[in-house]
Amino acid sequence: MLGFVLRRLGFAVVTLFAVLTLVFFVIRVLPGDPTVVILGDQASAQSIALLRERIGLDRPIWLQYVQFLGGALRGDWGTSLVSGRPVIGEILNVLPHTLELTAFALVLGVAMGLPAGIWAAVNRNRIPDYVTRIVSLLGLSAPAFVSGIVLLLVFAIVLRWFPVISSGQSTDLWGKLRDLTLPALNLALIMAAYVTRVTRSSMLEVLSQDYVRTAMAKGASGTAVVLRHALRNCLIPVVTVVGLYLGILIGNSVLTEIVFNRPGLGKLIVGALNQRDYTMLQGMMVIYTLIVVLVNLATDLVYGLVDPRVQYK
Amino acid sequence: MSKATDVSPPARRSEFMLLAGNALGATRKALTHNPTTLVGTIIFLLIVVLAILAPLIAPYDPVAQRIVNRLQGPSWAHWLGTDYYGRDILSRLLHGARYSLMIGIASITLAVIIGSLIGLVAGYFGGRIDIVIMQIMDVVLAFPALILGIILVAVLGASVTNIIIAIAFTAVPAFARIARAPVMVLREREFVQAGRALGFSDLRIMFRHILPNIVPEIIVMASLWMATAVRTEASLAFIGLGIAPPTPTWGGMVREGFENILDSYSVALFPSLAVLVLVLALNLIGDGLRDAIDPKLAKNA
Repeated sequence: MLGFVLRRLGFAVVTLFAVLTLVFFVIRVLPGDPTVVILGDQASAQSIALLRERIGLDRPIWLQYVQFLGGALRGDWGTSLVSGRPVIGEILNVLPHTLELTAFALVLGVAMGLPAGIWAAVNRNRIPDYVTRIVSLLGLSAPAFVSGIVLLLVFAIVLRWFPVISSGQSTDLWGKLRDLTLPALNLALIMAAYVTRVTRSSMLEVLSQDYVRTAMAKGASGTAVVLRHALRNCLIPVVTVVGLYLGILIGNSVLTEIVFNRPGLGKLIVGALNQRDYTMLQGMMVIYTLIVVLVNLATDLVYGLVDPRVQYK
Repeated sequence: MSKATDVSPPARRSEFMLLAGNALGATRKALTHNPTTLVGTIIFLLIVVLAILAPLIAPYDPVAQRIVNRLQGPSWAHWLGTDYYGRDILSRLLHGARYSLMIGIASITLAVIIGSLIGLVAGYFGGRIDIVIMQIMDVVLAFPALILGIILVAVLGASVTNIIIAIAFTAVPAFARIARAPVMVLREREFVQAGRALGFSDLRIMFRHILPNIVPEIIVMASLWMATAVRTEASLAFIGLGIAPPTPTWGGMVREGFENILDSYSVALFPSLAVLVLVLALNLIGDGLRDAIDPKLAKNA
């Protein structure tokens, strides 16, 4: 077990290192001088030289690379070219909003998708199966901004149940829930679509196993068989999919945060894009890599919890 | 062109016939066995035809501004209303379909070619080459397509070519994986061993004997990933990383409409629905094709 964790951790570190290196070189090797992009092509040679010195572009590239890696490890990701504040501080400021959104959406998505998938599987090739199939296909076809706009139109603009702009600033629980419900529901619908589909096919597979037939033969009720014998066994592919699609959830949170005007990584990255804030973009790439690597690591470890047969070799 | 989907050694047919046969076999089976695939295909073809005919059938110039007509609701003159600049939404939708389809098809074609080649090489040679290649693919695959797309387009710049490259890049690992797995099995099969014993070159075995057998899987993956590609392109345009205005793209239209959503919902709603319908059609096709080539499902269907 310990060996397995260490090896996965080692892989995570290698991945992180590879992406950091890629980020560093991609930003520097690609055509376009960042100083010209930042200052505009009318800038004087003097101000360009000053800026190059300030962000360290005048040093040799290997020194820049070592300093970049060293800084990234120490948590010094440079300062934003726009606000002048440390990049890591700005990211950590909004990170809780995005994590809160995705965590809530994850729970909601599994809570909707798991029962729907089981319902579809036990009613195979009957109406509930067709209905869940169409609804889940719709769910995974809708880009997050499309479903977000539809939710916003219906629940915030027409029905006025929720605020059009969820500021994310509310401190009391009720206000937080009001801010969070629509954006989280938007993300959860997509998650639920994936979970429903994989639960259905996994449950169908499990239901055709001998031990399920045995349980039926000994006279256990259908519900008991599904919930006691089959559910736990059908969870392994579901965990894989949840882990895989956590990444998609993070990606879709960008669109969701824009539609619902919520603070978070999504709004930060769009702001950095519009203002050509290269150090901020670099920091965003590092944080997204970190999140993706950690999620994959967690998924691997969770397998063992749902499936005792998994050997951590 | 009978049961061409099963993994059988290539008979004495040219490899082109075999490729086409495998593709057609899976498609025909999907169309006849699965009504949803048929619906998806019809919708998709309809969108393709409308996109091709856009310059002929669009009632207005998609970029001509008539500010006096701005933000009108649907009417006989403007079936889907007008946008903030008085442009006809239907005409813009029809023209926008061209970009969605072109970027979707081009990026996935690119990804299929590069990805399959990578997977073929990794699976065929195995060993250290395989480990290194697939490790790199896993790192790329770990990234959500949208985040990767944002980063790449942000760095490369938003042009049609760059958007196609960025989206293709996100899809390459998926095709590498799908191509690699069957190759590893096929590599050990008798007909490949026989080819090797006869002294065929690695290239000949890979392209003539193995490639035709993995075509059905690649087609399924291509239709599902094209859905993702269309969605990613629209999402990028919505974020502001699309083809520059005034060129009509669906994602860009939603973006403009969303800025004024409190004045008029139709500007944002119609292009949103257009994206949804196209992605749904592609997913319906891919879903049905997958069922059609999956031997496990075929047995108890």
